[in-house]
Amino acid sequence: MRFRDHKVVGDILELAARYREEGADELVFYDITASPDGRSVDRSWVRRVARLLDIPFCVAGGIRSVADAESVLGEGAEKISVNSPALADPDLIDRLSARFGAQCVVVGIDSQTADGEFLVYQFTGDPTRTRNTARRTLDWVQEVQQRGAGEVVLNCMASDGVRHGYDLPQLKAVRAVCNVPLIASGGAGAPGHFADVFNQANVDGALAASVFHSGNIAIPDLKRYLRDAHIEVRP
Amino acid sequence: MGQLAIIDSGGANIASLQFAIERLGVEATLTTDPSALRSATHVILPGVGAAADCMSRLEALDLVDTIRSLRQPLLGICVGMQLLFDGSEEGNVSCLGILPGRVHRFPNLAGMPVPHMGWNQVNVTRPTPLLTGLTADDYVYYVHSYAAPVTADTVATTDYSNTFSAAVQRGNVFGVQFHPERSAKAGALILANFLKV
Repeated sequence: MRFRDHKVVGDILELAARYREEGADELVFYDITASPDGRSVDRSWVRRVARLLDIPFCVAGGIRSVADAESVLGEGAEKISVNSPALADPDLIDRLSARFGAQCVVVGIDSQTADGEFLVYQFTGDPTRTRNTARRTLDWVQEVQQRGAGEVVLNCMASDGVRHGYDLPQLKAVRAVCNVPLIASGGAGAPGHFADVFNQANVDGALAASVFHSGNIAIPDLKRYLRDAHIEVRP
Repeated sequence: MGQLAIIDSGGANIASLQFAIERLGVEATLTTDPSALRSATHVILPGVGAAADCMSRLEALDLVDTIRSLRQPLLGICVGMQLLFDGSEEGNVSCLGILPGRVHRFPNLAGMPVPHMGWNQVNVTRPTPLLTGLTADDYVYYVHSYAAPVTADTVATTDYSNTFSAAVQRGNVFGVQFHPERSAKAGALILANFLKV
């Protein structure tokens, strides 16, 4: 769920309850404005979400320190996800992992192909500030694991919002160097895309937003489809 | 149901367990007070993070003997379950020693990412009040890099890299490696079962 601060919490709770009932296995809450504006997430909603949800959820956006993470986890989130702050201060991953354990620490990576390589991008929440970091995605994926990341969410930017399917070549390349759980993000438009990313890129999870928010794909239908395709999912 | 005490083992996300208990309509006390633990009808030992850190916290709070001597139902969750065993490979630490056996890290195998994170079925191997009503269609949520072997106290197993103890019981002492507080309806059922023991 991506939202900006002005979005009222009631909407978030309603959406969270809907996805819980529909059988989502995990929810990720992104405050996509947090990093570009130099602000942190308003965390009053985390506790309300935690009271409501009986499935794991992750909070992303504006977590720049162990103290930021402590407050989010203390409110009842399972995991925190860091993206731009980890690029600015890679040692943040080490500090978070040492304090809370690798299982809490997700590193989100925005990546796309440029000059024949996969490159990491930063500040993708604000199109006017998005920039190529000159880091190679495959190098960064390995570095974050060494630093103690327990999960990688790879958002393939060229696919994001286009709904033409996940970026299978890129996800396969990252899978080959990723020994922690890998979650695919960006590009889901049809149930077949989910089957493809599990079968071909061997990812541990598939993340999607717009197709669920719009009601284009209903989660129970998607799960039935995947089970029929012999992909194990929680009913 | 009487008084439930949750041991404040210092993990950052004890809140999610408290909320799960709250959703069952039960009040719980988060405590490190030995007398509160001794007088509770049920005790939960949660744990997140490293086994060695959790053990040093229990030792610093002088709770080790209290926990060992509890006679009411005790439930260890995740690292809390691992602490029930003799020791853990994580930090090479001696644990509570209530259950024989040693906790090991998952091997690094291709196609088996560590931490093990996600939803799995549990295979109930021995009847236990803790898992009453759980069916083969129920999935529970795991997030862990270490696991307890299958021992005489194992009541349910899950397969990931190898077969490990998903749940254990020895008399009044129970443990689950998964997170019932984040395992949807199946998890709520297991917590409710524990409170009825």
